Amino acid sequence: MSTVTHTPGGLAGPDQTPPPTRTPAPRAAVGGGAGARFFNGFSHLFLAVWAIMVVYPLLWVVMSALKTDSEVIRKPLSLIPEQLQWNNFARAWTEGQIGSFFLNTVLVLTGSVFLTMLLGSMAAYVLARYDFPGNRLIYYMFLSGLTLPIYLAAVPLFKGVYNTGVVLPFLGPNSHIMLILVYVAWSLSFTVFFMHSFFHTLPNAIAEAGMVDGASHSRLFFSVMLPMAKPGLISIGIFNVLGQWNQWYLPTLLMQSVAGEPKNQVISQGLIELSVNQGYRSDWSGLFAGVTMAMLPVLIVYIVFQRQVQSGLTAGVGK
Amino acid sequence: MRHGVARFVTGFLALPVGLYLFYVVWPFLQAAGYSLTDWGGYSDRQQFVGLENYLRLFSDELIRKAFWHNVFFLITVPLFTIALALFLAFLLNVGGREDKAGIRGVFGSGLYKVIFFFPQVLSLVVIAVMWQQIYRADGQGLINGMLMKIGLVSEDDPITFMYDPEPFLGVPAVLWWLLLIAVWSGAGFYMVLFSAAMQSIPKDVYEAAILDGAGRFHTFFRITLPLLRDTVSVAWVYLGFIALDMYALVFVMTPSQGGPNHASEIFASVLNFTAFQKGQFGYACAMGVALAIFTILLAALQLRITRRERIEY
Repeated sequence: MSTVTHTPGGLAGPDQTPPPTRTPAPRAAVGGGAGARFFNGFSHLFLAVWAIMVVYPLLWVVMSALKTDSEVIRKPLSLIPEQLQWNNFARAWTEGQIGSFFLNTVLVLTGSVFLTMLLGSMAAYVLARYDFPGNRLIYYMFLSGLTLPIYLAAVPLFKGVYNTGVVLPFLGPNSHIMLILVYVAWSLSFTVFFMHSFFHTLPNAIAEAGMVDGASHSRLFFSVMLPMAKPGLISIGIFNVLGQWNQWYLPTLLMQSVAGEPKNQVISQGLIELSVNQGYRSDWSGLFAGVTMAMLPVLIVYIVFQRQVQSGLTAGVGK
Repeated sequence: MRHGVARFVTGFLALPVGLYLFYVVWPFLQAAGYSLTDWGGYSDRQQFVGLENYLRLFSDELIRKAFWHNVFFLITVPLFTIALALFLAFLLNVGGREDKAGIRGVFGSGLYKVIFFFPQVLSLVVIAVMWQQIYRADGQGLINGMLMKIGLVSEDDPITFMYDPEPFLGVPAVLWWLLLIAVWSGAGFYMVLFSAAMQSIPKDVYEAAILDGAGRFHTFFRITLPLLRDTVSVAWVYLGFIALDMYALVFVMTPSQGGPNHASEIFASVLNFTAFQKGQFGYACAMGVALAIFTILLAALQLRITRRERIEY
């Protein structure tokens, strides 16, 4: 019954089709087979062009990372290096310190993502399912963090961290633990907001059954409610991993060397400095190698888990 | 029993609330306090100056410039990103053949979705450093190199990108180049978002439309787009926040972080410059508070404009 979908002109060809007085132009143009085929072709062309615009720069960066410096200058556009220069990566890893950036980032993220998820869901759970004075106040306090620009807090935050560091060095500038706690604090707003709506919708009956069976409040949370919120946890987990991996402002502000010891830079922060330093040294291939190493792991993880990542991140916006 | 609940609630809330108060709320409150002083940041000397800092904001040439640049991004980033994302989602979902089952998505739409999403998982810093190389003002840059090869740009007169303060349509060229990066990196994400929303519209709505003889353009503009209204308005709010946060690009890419000659200053860059280079912490805090008020007003306004009854299906 495919003819039902077409205007009569579809069979005769779009050019001499229906009385223009009655049918709007676009309908005439696409109603017919030729029009549809043209539109299909156009779609493919445009989509392909955009796909190339997305992929080409990335490919160019990766390929430039495998050239010699002189080749980067002589033949900047070519995508096929004369000889693969793997040592660019070695140089960026050690001299460019990408290796230590990675180590710092992984150390910080392991702690911060875990703690964000744990503390975030704990707070969200209590706020969503228990009624107590001040509940709304605390919830709105967390929410307000979503609208306030981070730059506003920059100056006092730096000062606060600096002063704490005088008394407790492990909470001072340039410390991993401090950065973990700061990341957690700044990620709580969205995590609480997101998980709150999740715990809110969990059925009461199960919680009651758990209580009847003699589970304590915290046991109920860890062994019943938290597992039930797993889809939400995955979404917000992906969101936090990416968000904290991408964080550059807080580390640039807080991971500063105080007493001359080497900075514990994380990847985004380090990459900014690498781009400045390698620029001075004209070590372009090293810079490209650094960028490649910063982007490939995330891209690969994304390609493997693309369905989860896409739905996880879009769910974050939809809520 | 009651006692147990109270202990449990306090126990669960103590750490998160404590951390949040110390690292987020307290700095914000302090900033509000400092904004009423002339504190320089490095000494302990600070004097209460009342609203002087705020009055100063209105006569500050740099702030006015930064404000208009923020407004520029606030309008253009969501506008162009959403338009492009909708167009891509439209092609992806409606570009295929028509057959018994109605209009189909194009062949390979899954692959396109994976690729378009790439920039979303890259950090802004990676994107900025990468585009720095693409935007190089000599033949070594990707764009200049290509245009020189095909002869559109001469070697002596390359496009200067980040170093170009000349206005185009009344806005410094450097801002347009930054906008291009923002759209490039955002379009794929919102395309996936819109695509998902399009697919959640029930099939029978389309079937009814097709039975009534609607072509794909009509179906899209009369049915899909109105039903996407909610998603589009949420996207608009999010992109609004992103537009206020173009600082990573400005910080990494523009000469002296807001140059050339202040052509790409935005609120955040002026704030950082004032606080850490000029050492006027009090004044910088006033800027921050102003920015926060602006953001909250904007969010409230957007929520008010975009609020509408939900369509359930």
